[in-house]
Amino acid sequence: MMAHLPVMQVMVPLLAAPLCALVRNGRVAWGIAVASSWAAFWIAWEIFQVVHSTGAISYSLGGWSASEGGIEYRIDTLGTFVLMVVTLVGAVVTPYALESVGKEVDKSKQALFYAAFLLCLAGLLGIVVTGDMFNVFVFLEISSLSAYALIALGKDRRALRASYQYLIMGSVGATFIVIGIGMLYVMTGSLNMANLAILLPELSSNRTIPVAFAFLTVGVCLKLALFPLHMWLPNAYTFAPSAVTAFIASTATKVAIYVLLRLFYTVFGSDYSFLEMQLGTYLLPLSLIAIFSMSLVAIFQANVKRMLAYSSLAQIGYIILGISLFSSTGMTASILHLFNHAVIKGCLFMALGCVMYRLNSVELDDMMGLGKKMPLTMGAFLVGGFGLIGVPFTAGFISKWYLIQGALEKGLWPVAVLVLLTSLMAVVYIWKVVETVYFSEDPGSVNSDCSEAPIGLLIPTWTLAILCVYFGIDATLTTFGASSAVANLMGIGS
Amino acid sequence: MSYPLMLCMIVSIPFMGAGLILLTGKYPNLRDSISFVVATILCASVYQLIEPLRQGSLHEVTLLEVTTGISLALNVEPLGLLFALVASFLWIVTGLYAVGYMRGHHEKNQTRFFACFAIAIGGAMGVSFSANLFTLFAFYELLTLCTFPLVTHHGTPEAKRAGRVYLGILLSTSVGLQLLAIIWTWNLTGTLDFRPGGILGGTASNSVLSILIALFVFGVGKAAVMPFHRWLPAAMVAPTPVSALLHAVAVVKVGVFTILKVAIYTFGLSTLSELASTPWLRWIAAVTIILGSLVAFTKDNLKARLAYSTISQLSYIVLAALLANEFAIIGGGMHIAMHAFGKITLFFAAGAILVAAHKTDISDMRGLGRKMPLTFGAFFVGSLSIIGVPPAGGAWSKWFLGLGTLEANEQGLLAVLMLSSLLSLVYLLEVPVRAFFSSPSGVEQETGVKEAPWPCLVAMGVSSGLTLGLFLFPDFLYEMMKMVFGS
Repeated sequence: MMAHLPVMQVMVPLLAAPLCALVRNGRVAWGIAVASSWAAFWIAWEIFQVVHSTGAISYSLGGWSASEGGIEYRIDTLGTFVLMVVTLVGAVVTPYALESVGKEVDKSKQALFYAAFLLCLAGLLGIVVTGDMFNVFVFLEISSLSAYALIALGKDRRALRASYQYLIMGSVGATFIVIGIGMLYVMTGSLNMANLAILLPELSSNRTIPVAFAFLTVGVCLKLALFPLHMWLPNAYTFAPSAVTAFIASTATKVAIYVLLRLFYTVFGSDYSFLEMQLGTYLLPLSLIAIFSMSLVAIFQANVKRMLAYSSLAQIGYIILGISLFSSTGMTASILHLFNHAVIKGCLFMALGCVMYRLNSVELDDMMGLGKKMPLTMGAFLVGGFGLIGVPFTAGFISKWYLIQGALEKGLWPVAVLVLLTSLMAVVYIWKVVETVYFSEDPGSVNSDCSEAPIGLLIPTWTLAILCVYFGIDATLTTFGASSAVANLMGIGS
Repeated sequence: MSYPLMLCMIVSIPFMGAGLILLTGKYPNLRDSISFVVATILCASVYQLIEPLRQGSLHEVTLLEVTTGISLALNVEPLGLLFALVASFLWIVTGLYAVGYMRGHHEKNQTRFFACFAIAIGGAMGVSFSANLFTLFAFYELLTLCTFPLVTHHGTPEAKRAGRVYLGILLSTSVGLQLLAIIWTWNLTGTLDFRPGGILGGTASNSVLSILIALFVFGVGKAAVMPFHRWLPAAMVAPTPVSALLHAVAVVKVGVFTILKVAIYTFGLSTLSELASTPWLRWIAAVTIILGSLVAFTKDNLKARLAYSTISQLSYIVLAALLANEFAIIGGGMHIAMHAFGKITLFFAAGAILVAAHKTDISDMRGLGRKMPLTFGAFFVGSLSIIGVPPAGGAWSKWFLGLGTLEANEQGLLAVLMLSSLLSLVYLLEVPVRAFFSSPSGVEQETGVKEAPWPCLVAMGVSSGLTLGLFLFPDFLYEMMKMVFGS
């Protein structure tokens, strides 16, 4: 049983998904989804402990070893860290979905919703556990296709258009990725990442390799919505059902970043990626533009969900910035922020889901004076907002601390200044909400008779809010996870 | 009680007080007495720390380690203890005053007001007992955030606009400059602890450290060094007790206290005095001193005039830190206390005039002194202390500051101090002079203005009495400050 944990990690949600589709009853499907997402979380925790006590796990699917052309599942310290992020968010969002999805999705489609949700979870987990390039592509498509479906389930008609936009962009990205993988396969005859890592350096003078590198990088950057490949994201986040936004915002882009790290460090090797291909010089300016311009755009949004979507784009910029610094401190910052941002954004989007549940709107103008009517919901939003700004004793502070540290180490003090400046921009857009919610009198229109969100929504929301504070006060677990992942990656690189 | 527990208690007492205030919000009398009792307990507990500090038996207490090298830690050192003592004592007095003021003025949301007030004091306690820059920064930001509802208390569009200026300047300076300076410090030294003699000496070139000290001086927006001073006049829309305790004592003194602390324990005085930018920064402080006084002249609104006076006086302490010698630091530390007692008296009087006579403009206060002799008498005493003449305590701190300028060979700055005293003489004494010696305009005689509510009078009596007392007995403050250099 324990030996099969890596495959169980994927199989549990993957098999639960068709079960949900078969039962056709929303509530039963929800029960299955909760059970399987919690099981996935438990499995991820077991794997975390195994990896940190005995080192990376390698698992041959079906008993076929990689040398025989079989698929290898391989989980190292970075993988287990990302598994924890994804399954944690999954385990918190599924209980939340009962009330939220119950209100936002047609009754007849609810069972299918959970099926798509579990498929998405399975896809994301699959990307992380696998050690096979083509398998990455397959799982990426599983998660993306189900995500398109999930977004399309949003009540607003514009959700369909948002989903279609995402579908087109996502497919372009996927095509780039599969072309890149194809080139690697043609050159090396292997799809196994560890194998590729051995074979590629000998071929580095071959011109196909940089082309494959470029295709893969662009394709993955589209999936993770790095500026200027981000156009699909704001609409998708804004019009998707609340639970979907909370889940996808916290996991999908994070897993894409994981793929990026895998490519740069494991497959191509950090020397090739950063020294020969000079990746840092491309990623650094892009990430800075992303951080600055997206924070600026966020300030001018009237729809809070859209505002947070733009803020997510800026946060992705922070993560890529850390990677582009090519130092262990910068990487630690990125991987920490991967986790911290997942918790923070999950909390914020779930709080907004509570508002949506009562108000059927997340327009800023409709939220006047809401602080008194929904104190717990808005309290959680405030905690998440502080996390986003990076106030001390929230998780966001820790990642910013490492990020600025990393920039100063490299002597890039203008970058450090910019990071702080954009934190102030986060203050502006979060404070806009705070002022509307707490310090404006309700004009007595939309929200006059609304009350606190149901407990079923509040508990998951506050779970993430508390985690956001907890990992700001005691960051030993997250920094340990992140720094050992970095040590592992950088160790492979050198 | 064991010492680590006691130190944690002291910092958490105001927060627990805030909780109790929120719980008892429905019973105003109970709520206000809780406020008062909590303040008294806090002050008494802080006082208990003096003797152990003298014996040198205190050490750092680490509450929790956030991640490697960043920890929430508390420590007691003379400067912090002095500040904590002043703030906690004046909280008692202000608590009393606030009851009279808030009820006399029929303010709304009093429970939120008193709770935020308590949290603000908790923030000030945290800053004064912080053992490293991270802890200090965390409590500094807490103080900014929890005073926002106090500034916008009235909820009017004007109050909200002022609140935005307040938050905007304080957060952008602290996040944009101060946090950068803190992380840079960590980058250079690998520690954020406050240590006697400083941690930065010899870790980087003169020019790098010169930039760093500028980042600290401007980054501590609460010290209101120009051009980052606008938040303080903006904050005057708050109810008077807030202006009195927070924007004349707790918040602004947290600012100058931070600069003193950074000068003494992060840079070290000898390192600081050799930096290329120090003379420049001294003159920026001097410009703030003079300009603050000049702007104060132009203000007819009494609270606005006091606000600019505060800006000017705060830069005395910033200047003291930058002069970086023993006399100046002693003067700066004493001025924290002296200015606190003097300025709080002035604000108390301003609030009393508002409550009793509904007057905010100085030009309307003619002849009011005959109706409210006690209030204007207290104002007179407070003015003397700010000006720095006997028999008020402010004379001593200015004396040491003057010695400090000579020690640093900056005769020009001594002239600045003298000039500023002269200016404050005019703009402050104008108020009681008008009140006592001008003939009243017709309207007042009909309305029948009486003295302020008794809690306000008692509070003013205590603070002005202490202002005088500190002239006669400044030894306590002097010895506390001397301990900074002792051993």
